Amino acid sequence: MIFHVRLFARARDLGGADHAALDLPNGATVADMRRRLVALHPQLADLAGKCAVAVDAEFADDNRVLTEGAEIALLPPVSGG
Amino acid sequence: MNSPLDSLAARAGQVNLSSQEVARYSRHLIMPEVGMDGQKRLKAASVLLIGAGGLGSPLGLYLAAAGVGRIGLVDFDVVDFSNLQRQVLHGTPDVGRPKLHSARDRLQAINPEVRLDLYETHLTSANALQILGPYDVVIDGTDNFPTRYLVNDACVLLGKPNVYGSIFRFDGQATVFYPGRGPCYRCLYPEPPPPGEVPSCAEGGVLGVLPGLVGCIQATEAVKLILGRGEPLIGRLLLYDALEMRFREFKVRRNPMCPMCGDNPTIKQLIDYDQFCGVRGQEAPPAAQAAGSPGLGETTVEQLKQRLDRGEKVFILDVRNPEEVQICRIPGSVLLPLPSLPQRLRELNRDQEMIVHCKSGMRSQRAIDFLRQQGFTKLSNLKGGILAWADKIDPTMPKY
Ligand SMILES: [Zn+2]
Repeated sequence: MIFHVRLFARARDLGGADHAALDLPNGATVADMRRRLVALHPQLADLAGKCAVAVDAEFADDNRVLTEGAEIALLPPVSGG
Repeated sequence: MNSPLDSLAARAGQVNLSSQEVARYSRHLIMPEVGMDGQKRLKAASVLLIGAGGLGSPLGLYLAAAGVGRIGLVDFDVVDFSNLQRQVLHGTPDVGRPKLHSARDRLQAINPEVRLDLYETHLTSANALQILGPYDVVIDGTDNFPTRYLVNDACVLLGKPNVYGSIFRFDGQATVFYPGRGPCYRCLYPEPPPPGEVPSCAEGGVLGVLPGLVGCIQATEAVKLILGRGEPLIGRLLLYDALEMRFREFKVRRNPMCPMCGDNPTIKQLIDYDQFCGVRGQEAPPAAQAAGSPGLGETTVEQLKQRLDRGEKVFILDVRNPEEVQICRIPGSVLLPLPSLPQRLRELNRDQEMIVHCKSGMRSQRAIDFLRQQGFTKLSNLKGGILAWADKIDPTMPKY
C-alpha cells in the first residue's frame, strides 16, 4: 500500500520535497513508516526518530497501525524564536 | 491542579480603571467578551515573556497595548543589526543596547500603565522556578531547545499555562500547554533532536514577518486565557506554513507515560537541560568563539592565513549553503553544502588534508564528524568559521 507522508519544516528541507510516498505492507505501524522513510531518505536518519507523527490530524505513537488512505504528517521539533 | 488564573476574578475585583484607562481601552470595554470585567482581569494579570526577540517583540507590544498589568521580560542579549529584520521591539538606534532596555523604553512609550519587570539573565534550572513564580501566564519565545524544555518543566512543576510558539524559516508552531488540562511539550516531543540537526534562526534563516504572526497568535491565546473567553489552543498544535499560506491543526493528547505530566512522572525537579539536549553550550557569539587557542583538530584563522601567505596549497572546504556563499567567502574555498555531503562524497579525496569551515564552526564540526565516519582522517575545523575570518583577517568582509 502506498502512503503519503507530508514533511514539514526541517524534514522538508532534508527530504528535498514536501512529501514522501512510501510502500508499506498491510498492518504497518508508525514505527515501520519511520524506518521506511529513513531507508528512502538516509539524510533523515538523525531527525526522523525525534519528529512527532500525526495520523489523520491526530498525534500517534509508534504502535499505531496505519490504515489505507491515512494522512500522515512528520513534524520535526522547531526551536526558533 | 490549581492554576494561578483561578484567583484572577477575585484579584480583578480589587482593581479600578482611571478615566484615562477607560479612554485607552474603550475598544475593549464596549465588547461584551471583554467589557469592564475583562479589562480589569487584564490589569490584574501578570505575564512572563521569555525572550525579547522575534516572538517576544509582537508579544510585548500587543500585551502592553492590551493593558496586561504586569509584564516580566527575560533576556540577556544585546540588540544586533541582524535582529532588526524581525525584532520590531528594537530599532536601529538600539543596536548595541541590551534588548531589555530598548524593550522597556518601547513598551513604556506604548503604555505607561504597565508594570515591567526586567530579568537580564539566562533562564536556568537554578533561577527558573523563582522567576516564573509570580506570574499567571508564561509565554515561551525562546530560541533554543534546552530553554524550551526548561520552560516546559518549570511550568508543569508550577501548574502554570505555557503559551508556546516557535519558528523555522517559513514554518511556525503554536499551542498552549496547560498542566492538568492538556499535554505538555514533552508529550509532543519527548526527546530533543541531536544538536545542530535543526538549525536556529541564525543558521537557517527566518522570514522576518513569520515571528510577527506566530507571536500574535501567542498574544491572542494569552489574552483569551486571562479573559477566560473562547476556545484556548490547548491540546491542539497549530502549524502555519507561510509559503503555502495555510494553517493546519493537529490534536495532541496528554501522554500517560510522559515523564513530566504523565500518570507517574519521573521528573520531579528541574534537570540539566544542556546535558539533556546534548549541547556543549549554544553556538557562542563569534567573538567569544574565535578567541583562545585552537583545540584538537582545529585550525585558527590566523594559522590558515599564514599557510596561505606562505603559498601552501590548502584545501578549504566550505559547507555553508550557496546563499551564504553569495554574501562572502574565503578565497580559494570549495563549496559543498552540508546537506549534500552524503551524495557528493566522491568529489572529495580521502587522503587530502582539509580545513572545513562554515559560518561559525558548528556545521563544519558536523561535517567533520560525518567525514570521519566515512574514513577521512586529515580534517580540521576552522575555529570560529568565516565570522572569525571577517573579524581577524579581512575586516572588509560583510558579516551576517
Ligand atoms: Zn507531558
